[in-house]
Amino acid sequence: MSLSSFFGFGQGADVEIILDGQDTRKMAEIKTEDGKKEKHYLYLDGETISGKVSIKLKKAGTRLEHHGIKVEFVGQIELYYDRGNHHEFTSLVRELARPGELTSNVSYDFEFNQVEKPYESYTGTNVRLRYFLRLTVVKRLSDLVKEQDIVVHTLSHYPDMNSSIKMEVGIEDSLHIEFEYNKSKYHLQDVIVGKIYFILVRIKIRHMELQIIKRETTGIGPNTFNENETIAKFEIMDGAPVRGESIPIRLFLNGYELTPTMRDINKKFSVRYYLNLVLVDEEDRRYFKQQEITVFRKADKVRKSVRNASAKFGSQDVAAHVQSPSSDHTDASSPRYEHNYIAD
Amino acid sequence: MANRDATARIQPRKQDLEDAYAPPANFLEIDVLNPETHGIGNKRFTDYELRMRTNLPIFRVKESCVRRRYSDFEWLRGELERDSKIVVPPLPGKALSRQLPFRGDDGIFEEDFIEDRRQGLEQFINKIAGHPLAQNEKCLHIFLLEPVIDKNYVPGKVRLT
Repeated sequence: MSLSSFFGFGQGADVEIILDGQDTRKMAEIKTEDGKKEKHYLYLDGETISGKVSIKLKKAGTRLEHHGIKVEFVGQIELYYDRGNHHEFTSLVRELARPGELTSNVSYDFEFNQVEKPYESYTGTNVRLRYFLRLTVVKRLSDLVKEQDIVVHTLSHYPDMNSSIKMEVGIEDSLHIEFEYNKSKYHLQDVIVGKIYFILVRIKIRHMELQIIKRETTGIGPNTFNENETIAKFEIMDGAPVRGESIPIRLFLNGYELTPTMRDINKKFSVRYYLNLVLVDEEDRRYFKQQEITVFRKADKVRKSVRNASAKFGSQDVAAHVQSPSSDHTDASSPRYEHNYIAD
Repeated sequence: MANRDATARIQPRKQDLEDAYAPPANFLEIDVLNPETHGIGNKRFTDYELRMRTNLPIFRVKESCVRRRYSDFEWLRGELERDSKIVVPPLPGKALSRQLPFRGDDGIFEEDFIEDRRQGLEQFINKIAGHPLAQNEKCLHIFLLEPVIDKNYVPGKVRLT
């Protein structure tokens, strides 16, 4: 028995979480807090999360005493200015082993059956929503903890009602325009088709551009904080228009880093998108009109049913299922979608 | 795949040929010209010709020609700062150092200085006159159109009738 394991210093063991279905499951990219991009396995609402936990002792022949081994599935919202308080909106636990001793490498299967994942994973400027599995080997002095992130996307069907946006705006006697966007709800790979019609032009316009602005709102009441980010700037006209001219708009969304519109997520934050039409005159004066649009993630047309390869558990909280040869048990249930018709 | 109608271009309205080829409705040009120094000795002052040409309906005449001096521009700037919501651009410098005695040259009546000031005043007045909110101020109309500025005028807004 080495000194390090006696005092509980050092890891003593390598722990790993291995998710099922890695050969068939898609991965999705998401930004981390410091802006780097990471890829994790993609799950949808209602899909089962299953896999196995593997614990390998660092030095053969040593013993690992523990006060219990468990794996948790957590969905949480982290507000960057309130680091101490992670708000967990989902938390499920599976006890894998009662307090005891490990004398050899071991592996436990786990399953979180058809678990609800009500929100999409999101990494923003002041807030982050993430889902992850957390394996804990409880020990006397310090626990062994390993986290494994997953990415969740929320899918929506194409909305029944998707009216166009058409409005006349202006400054009395100086500038009147009518703008039109073909829809009010756009999916992430959609294209914004529209036009700007000039009714009255008594100023000298130099150019016109369309911007996409992302507004992340965190906090409630008097502590609301809005973070605006200009995601896109697209010049649609260069030069001076006259009365009666129409300028077409065609803006492809799949080139920009957009997320779906998120409204009042767990009463903690919102992410909304606005189209900002900006006209600039010869003296650099700017005239602008903002209009909110709803962005959503479209469901694919064809869905394959997810097959669960691991053994099924009888009850939800009993664990202690050390690795057994996995029975090829196909679960015929397909993932349950969120049927989110986009409402205004 | 998405059908062609979903992303078809929105049909524009046909433009009147009149509108397409007529002079644009935003014509506004103001020239600051012909500086002249009046008076003698230390009672001299310089004024400039202000010629405006426009087709904006907010101005009651299409052309005007008045003479203005630097202090008139200062008056206009003060009125606009107080009454309008716009950020008024700066005037060319007041050149107080040039008005001190014992200079080798002619101070504020030097040709080069007058030319620099003329250019600065021209930029200033064009910037302001093109601003939709400034166009509603009475003081701007008095400045551009009235031969003599009545400093006791009643400040207010001008509406298009």
